Order: sequence, then C-alpha cells, then structure tokens
Amino acid sequence: MKFLPTSDADREAMLAAIGVSSVDDLFAAIPASVRHVPDLPPPMSEIEVRRFFGALSAKNAHAKDCAFFLGAGLYNHSVSAVADQMLYRAEWLTSYTPYQPEVSQGTLQSIFEFQTHICLLTAMDVANASLYEGASALVEALLMADRLVRGRRRAVLSRGIHPEYRETVRTYFQNLGLEVVEAPLAADGRTDAAALAAVVDDATFAVAVQSPNFRGAIEDWNACSEAARARGALFVGVVAEAASLALLAPPGEAGADIVCGEAQSLGVPMHNGGPLLGFLSCRTAHQRQIPGRLVGQTSDAEGRRAFALTLSTREQHIRREKATSNICTNQGLMALASNIHMSLLGKKGLREVAAQSHAKAEYLKGRIAGVPGYRLPDSAPTFNEFVVEAPGPAAALLSRLARRRILAGVALSRWSREAADENRFLVAVTEMNTRDEMDSLVEALGEAS
Amino acid sequence: MSVGIEDPKPAAAPAAGRLHPEPRHEPLVFERSGAGKVGYSLPPLDVPDVSAIPAGLLRGEIDGETEITEVEVARHFTRLSRLNFSIDENTYPLGSCTMKHNPRLNEEIARLPGFAASHPLAPEEVSSGTLELAWRLEQALKELTGLARVTLQPAAGAQGELAGILMVRAALAKAGNPRTTVLIPDSAHGTNPASAHFAGYKVRELKSNARGTLDLDVLEAAMTSDVAALMLTVPNTLGIFEDRILEIAKIVHAKGGYLYCDGANFNSFVGIARPGAMGIDVMHMNLHKTFSTPHGGGGPGSGPVAVVDSLVPHLPRPTIERREDGTFFLDFDRPESIGRLRTFLGNYGMFVRALAYISSYGNRIGEVARGAVLNANYIRAGLTGVYHLKYDAPSMHEVVFSDKRQAEKGVHNGDIGKRLMDYGFHPPTISFPLIVHGALMIEPTETEGRTGLDAFVAAMRAIAREVEEDPEIVLKAPHTTPVRRVDEVGAARNLILRWRPEGRKGEGGREADSSSGDSGKP
Amino acid sequence: MNPEELHYTQSHEWVRIDGDIGTIGITEHAQKELGEIVYLELPEVGHLYNADDEFGTVESVKAVSELFIPISGEIVQINRAAVAEPGIVNDDPFGDGWLIKLKVTTDDEVRKLMNADQYAEYVLAEEKEK
Repeated sequence: MKFLPTSDADREAMLAAIGVSSVDDLFAAIPASVRHVPDLPPPMSEIEVRRFFGALSAKNAHAKDCAFFLGAGLYNHSVSAVADQMLYRAEWLTSYTPYQPEVSQGTLQSIFEFQTHICLLTAMDVANASLYEGASALVEALLMADRLVRGRRRAVLSRGIHPEYRETVRTYFQNLGLEVVEAPLAADGRTDAAALAAVVDDATFAVAVQSPNFRGAIEDWNACSEAARARGALFVGVVAEAASLALLAPPGEAGADIVCGEAQSLGVPMHNGGPLLGFLSCRTAHQRQIPGRLVGQTSDAEGRRAFALTLSTREQHIRREKATSNICTNQGLMALASNIHMSLLGKKGLREVAAQSHAKAEYLKGRIAGVPGYRLPDSAPTFNEFVVEAPGPAAALLSRLARRRILAGVALSRWSREAADENRFLVAVTEMNTRDEMDSLVEALGEAS
Repeated sequence: MSVGIEDPKPAAAPAAGRLHPEPRHEPLVFERSGAGKVGYSLPPLDVPDVSAIPAGLLRGEIDGETEITEVEVARHFTRLSRLNFSIDENTYPLGSCTMKHNPRLNEEIARLPGFAASHPLAPEEVSSGTLELAWRLEQALKELTGLARVTLQPAAGAQGELAGILMVRAALAKAGNPRTTVLIPDSAHGTNPASAHFAGYKVRELKSNARGTLDLDVLEAAMTSDVAALMLTVPNTLGIFEDRILEIAKIVHAKGGYLYCDGANFNSFVGIARPGAMGIDVMHMNLHKTFSTPHGGGGPGSGPVAVVDSLVPHLPRPTIERREDGTFFLDFDRPESIGRLRTFLGNYGMFVRALAYISSYGNRIGEVARGAVLNANYIRAGLTGVYHLKYDAPSMHEVVFSDKRQAEKGVHNGDIGKRLMDYGFHPPTISFPLIVHGALMIEPTETEGRTGLDAFVAAMRAIAREVEEDPEIVLKAPHTTPVRRVDEVGAARNLILRWRPEGRKGEGGREADSSSGDSGKP
Repeated sequence: MNPEELHYTQSHEWVRIDGDIGTIGITEHAQKELGEIVYLELPEVGHLYNADDEFGTVESVKAVSELFIPISGEIVQINRAAVAEPGIVNDDPFGDGWLIKLKVTTDDEVRKLMNADQYAEYVLAEEKEK
C-alpha cells in the first residue's frame, strides 16, 4: 500500500518493542461481535482512479464546455492560475490550523491579509478568518447580533435574501427560542422599505437585507438600515455575490453593524457548491462577539512583527457550551485562494471585473427583453444577475437548453411554489461570458419557446 | 523499558535550516503595493460600456487595496508558505487532528472540470456524474459505518454534530417529548457541548473513571428519561476505546435515548469494526481526519453524518436518491427533515477527494486503522517512563502523556512543544483533553514510518534530558524557527486585527475603544 | 499569602468589608491558574446582584472564567484601571487589582464564606485532585 511506509520487518520490530505478537492484539478492546470486513471493491490503482473519476466527471455539463449563466449564490468568475497553483504547495495544503504561531506565520499572515481585504471591501473595521459559507455566515451574524442586543428574540429577514440562507437560519433558530419574520419585496424586485419598517419592532434584535438580492436587484442599504436603527436593532448587510462589493456602495458606508455572506466570487472555483468561503465583518465596538477564528498582530521574543490566533477563549475548545458558536474550522485554503485573488486584482482589477460583469449583464438584459414572449419582470437596477420570465415553464426550458450545452439559468420554481415564479428563471453574467455566448443564448431562447 | 530504540546523543544540535537557514520576514501584501502596478489582465469589453446603476448606489475607489504585479504576488505567497510547517516536511503529531499524508492524486481528481467547474443548480440530466459520485460516497460510508443512511451536507465536523443532535431532537419530538439534556463525558471535544447547546439542550458532564473511560454507574445514574442522547467519542480523546460500548448502548437505549458518536477518531477503527453494530445511532465523520482530505491551514472540513433507520426521515434536505432506472435525483420532498444547514450539497470538492481515497484503499481500508494504532503504541512504548502517562489503559490511535515530571523543573507542556520545533517536528496537541493537566496528546497517524517515529521518540527523550540538565534551553525555545516565541498575550491585550492604509491608523478612535473596557454591548 | 481580613469563595473570589461597602477581587491562586489576564468584562454601576450571581468574566489567552458575586448588593464602582490594564490583576490581585465595589445588602452572607485558613486548605485539597 503506497501510503503506508511500514515494512513487514519494521512491523515485527515495532510489535516486539510494544510487547505484543500481532497488530490484532492492539484491537483487543473492540468486542468481536462488532468486527466487520468491509464489502468494498479491491483497491484501485492510480490509473484506475483516474479512469473511474474521469468518466464521472465527463457526465457533467460545466462552465468550461458550456455557455454558462448559472448563479444564485455561486458564480463563474475567473480565477488566476497563480491562485490555484499556489494551493498545491505542501506548506499551504498539508498544514493545519495555526495553533503554534512559530511554525505557522505563513498561514497567520495570509489570514491577517484576508481579514484586511474583507474590511476594505465591506468598509468595516474587523473581519474574521472566514466561515463555512454564506448561509451559515448569516446564521452566525444573527446569533452575534442576538448576543449584542440582549433580551430580544426576533430577526427580520428580507425575502430578497437567498432562500437557502433563510432556510438555514430557520434550522439553526428552531431550538434557540429565536424567531424569524420575513419582510416582503416590492413590485420592482427590491425589499419594500415601508413594509420592512412596519415589521421591525421592539423585540427585533436584527434586520438583515441582501444586496444584490436573490433576484439580482440592488438594494438601498441606507433605507433598510434606517428601519433597524429606528427600533434599536442591529443591521446585518448580506452579500452573496461578493464581486459586487468593488462597484456598489458597501454596506459599511450605510451604517451596517455586521456584514456577512459568501466570498466564493473572489477567487474560489465553484466546486459544485463547496467548499465555499463565508465571511463576516463588524464594527470595532462589537469585535469581542465576533464568531470564528481571528488573527491578530503582535511581536516575537525579539520584538519583530509576528501574528497569532487571538480571542480564542470565545471558542468551543475553551468555552464549551458557553462558546459564541459551535464552529471550529474556518475555510483556510479558500481564504488563502481569495487573498491571492484579491491581491492580484487589487484596487483596479476588482472594480474592472465588477464593471465588466455589469456591462455584459446589461447587454444580455437588453437582448433578452427583445425576444418575443420573454420579459424582465423586475424594474429595479441590477448588478450582474436578473430574473427573466419565459413564455412557458422555466425548468423544462432550461433542461432543453442544457442539452444544447447552454446552461441558461436557474428556475425560481426550485425554491418557490408561487404561480408567478413557474415561468421565471435567474440569469447570471460575469466577465467570463462573451458576447458570442450571450448572442447564442438569445438565439436559443427565441427558438426554444 | 522494552523499547529497542538507541538512546539519542545528549542535546543533539537542533536541525538548523529546517524551514530556512535564517529567520525571515515578509512584508504584508499591502506594503508591497506600488501605484500603477497591475497583476491581472482581462479581455477588452466586447459589449457597450454601460452602467445602469444610479450614482448613489456606487462606491468610490477601494482605498488601500493593492496594486501589485503577478511576479511579486507569486514571490510573496511562496515566501509566506516557507514560514509554515507541513506534513509533507515531517511528522505532525497534532493529537486529535490526524495529520496524515494527503494523496496528490486526489487533488488532481478534484480539479477535473466536471467537478470543479460544475454548478449544483445545473439541470439534473446534465449532472448525473456529480450526483452519482455523491451517492457512491454515501454507499461507501454506509458500508463502513453499518448505519442506514448518510447526509453529506454538513460543512465540517462541528456542523455534523449539530445536524446529528437536531435529528435526535426531531425524532424525540415526534415521539412526544424532545427531552432536555445531553450527557457528555468530561474528556469530550469542546464542540460537543457547544453543538448540544445550539440544538437547545442542557449539557450534563459525566466524570471519567480512573481508567479514563466512561463510568457505567455514573452513566446509569445520569441516564434518565430526560436525557435525549449521550455524546460519546469512540475511542475517546485519550485514545482509549470504550470496551464496554455494548453495555453503554444498552443503558442509553433502555431509557429511550440515542447514542451519538463523535466520529473524529473513526480513523482508528475504520474497516475493522462498524459503529452501527456497537449500538451507535448517529455518528459524524471528519473527512479530513479519516479520509485524508487536506487540512489546508484550517479547513475546508466536511462532516458527513450517518444515522440509524429511525432518524432517516429527519435527514437534512435534500437527500441524493437513485431511481430504478439508475438515474439520480435530489429529493427535496422530505417534510420531516430538520431543514438545511448550509447552501447547496455540502463541501463537494471534499467528497471527490474522500471517495478517491476510499477507492484507493478499497476493501483494505482497515490498514489505515491498523497502521495508526501500531504507530501510536510504538510511540507510547518509546516514551513510557520518560513522560508521565496519567491513564494507562490500552491506546488506540493516539496517546496522551503529561508534563507532570518536567513541571517539577518548571518546564511545561507548551515549552516541550516549542522545543520540539527545534528538532524539526510539529508539537503535539497541548492542553487537551482537559482532564489531563499538562497534556501532550500525540497522534502519529498511519503514514509515518518507523524511522520517523524513532526520530520523534529520540527528540522527545532528548528534550526530557534537557529539562533535567539545561531547562533554560527548553524554556526559551524555539531557537530555530522563522520567528521566536510569539507574544500571544500581547496579541490579545492590544487587538490589531487588520492593516490600515497610511494616515488612517486608529480611524475615529476605534482602536482605542477596544482596550477601554467596552463590554461589547451597544 | 491570603490576607487574614478577607473572606473567600470556592470559586476563588475574595471580599473585603468596610462598613457597608464590599470590595471584590480574585485570589492570588486564581490569577496564577489563569495565567496572564488579557481582558475583564465587568458590570455597569447600578447593577443589582444576588449572592452567587455571575457578574462578569476574566480572560487569559488560555482560559476564561466566570466571576461569581460572593454577597448580594448594588455595584457602586468598577476598577477602570484594571479594565484598561488587566495585568494589574496578575500583579496585585488583593490590592490594586480589585474588580468591583458594591453596597452590601445584608451582612449575614459574609459569614458563610471561608476565612483565609479555610481557603488555603480548600486550595490544597483542590490541587490534590489534579
């Protein structure tokens, strides 16, 4: 077995040193009745593994062999070759959580840089070392708000928040004595600010709004955060398409208390939906309640700059049932990839990616609006994703297009039972899409309906 | 002592040049930035350059973001990487974390475009490969655990724990009473009580007996009809197998409770025995521990949960199902599901690696456990008598010594760990489990050979000798690392959690707030 | 080493009574067990507590410990200097490193606390458990 460096002779010598006659003797504590030899195929060689998984991979349509317009919280942005190749380095790939700072300065400094990038993009003071992904990041943000605003039990969520994020919040809240109230969208696709203000009450500890929202509409952070502030609740800005942060006014400039969401767009491949990259940032005044890992700057015994994990006492290995969260790992490797990506693109590149994505989306919107039978139901400004209404059921249309190697979008019926959504689907555009691809989508829509 | 390892020469010179001949520092990427530099290229815009966003919704320039070339970025991250210790460099005996070799083939496979460039919301008919892979991983994990079904959704072990306890709660609630309490031994991982708490349960801690295992009388007394579950780590965090596991299961089941197994240590018996046969009702696994997905500097994890029949209706949504015609689909129509714990299907890239790993071992996967247990016992034999062993029940995949002898000379576990760095090893896990004061928790894993184990034992012995002869060298360690001992107290007292652009340090006096007794209340 | 005039708890707090004002801190033993203290979370002036209520936390890099109030009363002062520089608690736990002062509600609760000798014995017994 190529992963096991112990020779037969070594094993005999080791057993002798231990003072037993066989490896089986070391398993004496396990009752015989529970022993089992697994019914699995024989070991596969490297060639066979490549062959087997290569065949499974070939069965899937993907962004590299299709015209690709899928989004809904997971986007096909460009990732630099530097970022991915750096992840192969053993020092990044095969190290663990930097508990021992003297031999982990690489990981620690990279996280410190990642925290800084997230602060700059969201216009907040402090960011953590990353969380699992967007939905659980929203949960953590809300639980953090609950700790900060004691004695209230209601979170108000805009219905513009990704439906899977909202479902995740309900899963986590169900036994914690916390409740969720949803605020409706207006006819233009944005959160209805008046309706939002009306459901926020004195029992509300947090108001969360996503922008661009699930339908792609750009929300007015100021109007939404005002609704929270008026009742003493905290405002949580949610961002599921983080590429937008380089172009749109960041939540931190509109008085957000906590910003959270999904940073997959910033340097992480889609990976069929995971691993992704949750993030969370907040104000300095609230930093002691931030969940997850944090890296701080300090110095070593010779006075040189060094980095270390800090505020670890909030975590479960010390606080146990009193921990701020049950999260243990961050998304170390993804945060590294994202740090590299953000560093490479930087001030200009992040903005240019966002601006190109937006301009291309506007082009496609205009073209689709001109296809007979199709319309754009929402009138609010969008960033790079928008809702299209087809003349017939969207799911069937999308399946037909997929067979022509066009992944045209995501049907809203996946999450919505409303009749109005039956014919609707979300289309996402990034800097990866060419005009030719978009033209071919428009042509195919005309033919398919 | 029964070990045939040659005693090391006194105070062998530390392995100089292990990471790099001289300690090095790398500026922050922001400090390497220079106006006008560019590190990317994009195609020219092939559509009209329009913006349909009102000015009030736009931002200005991202003050402080980088301007840097690809060359500088490549060097920056390569240099940073060299400040890290890794498994590929040497033994990484971080107990409970299972730092074993990560097969590179799995990295290659996970990057195949049909996995890495695919999207979980693509129509089912063009996603049959991704669905089949996930379904196959579930079948393999069912076979290895002997349980009815497995959810792959949880993003990490801790989220798996929460999912497992939520399913228990849902099943008990359906039967009429969700109960109030979860029992957890004092040796457990801290995530267990945290997860039980987030599932709405009170935690009652069970004191371990003198052998370091669960005391059946204590369990019997605590196991009332108010108890939803016992969360048990098998083998426990001392590396000791609960040899009375069948009786434990009986006691828990007799009162209608569920036996939850923290499967963090499944690597010590995978392919040898099945948790389902032990009476375990629900168990999470950490793919990075047992199935060697890379730890990546702290994640991503992945925490599948295997369950008995009675918990199947409550699995997170969606499940992955196979039709009679051999096609696959996602089943969202599960009214008794606990719901969703995150977006999409889970950390899919980790599923690919884990199934590739399982495929490489196939029906010989028990070799993983056999190797891990052999190695831990070899280290135990080599260090017994040199370091104190509080609990001497047989070890499985890890062994927990303590600094009790060395502490008499004023040297503690943390110091011993730091000194190990000078010998070219990563320290063991320090100060866990909590029931061993001054713990040194050592887990070599199956991917260490005898030569490496001998070198580690020799280093630990040499350090023990240094403690007797020249404790200062241990107390001031490490001496050869890129930075010397790092001031973690300073990091916590004066929180600096980010870089700020020049001229904006301490903007708005916020930095000052952090040390002025703000209690974190708005 | 434990001052004779103080009263002690099993959770390692001490209280000094001057008229109707009680001053509360943590013991030398507690600060040593925690290691270098990095953060104190203390209540606001005006808060009312019953004996044994949790009134704050003390954090080192390795541990965090809840603080329990030995006797009932209303907080009249907190030690701002210790909050700003928690190391004071390590350096002088029975003096400058005090934590809070409160206006004592009743004086019979103090009688239930340990004196210096009893506390020293208690610590010794706790050590043996390890």
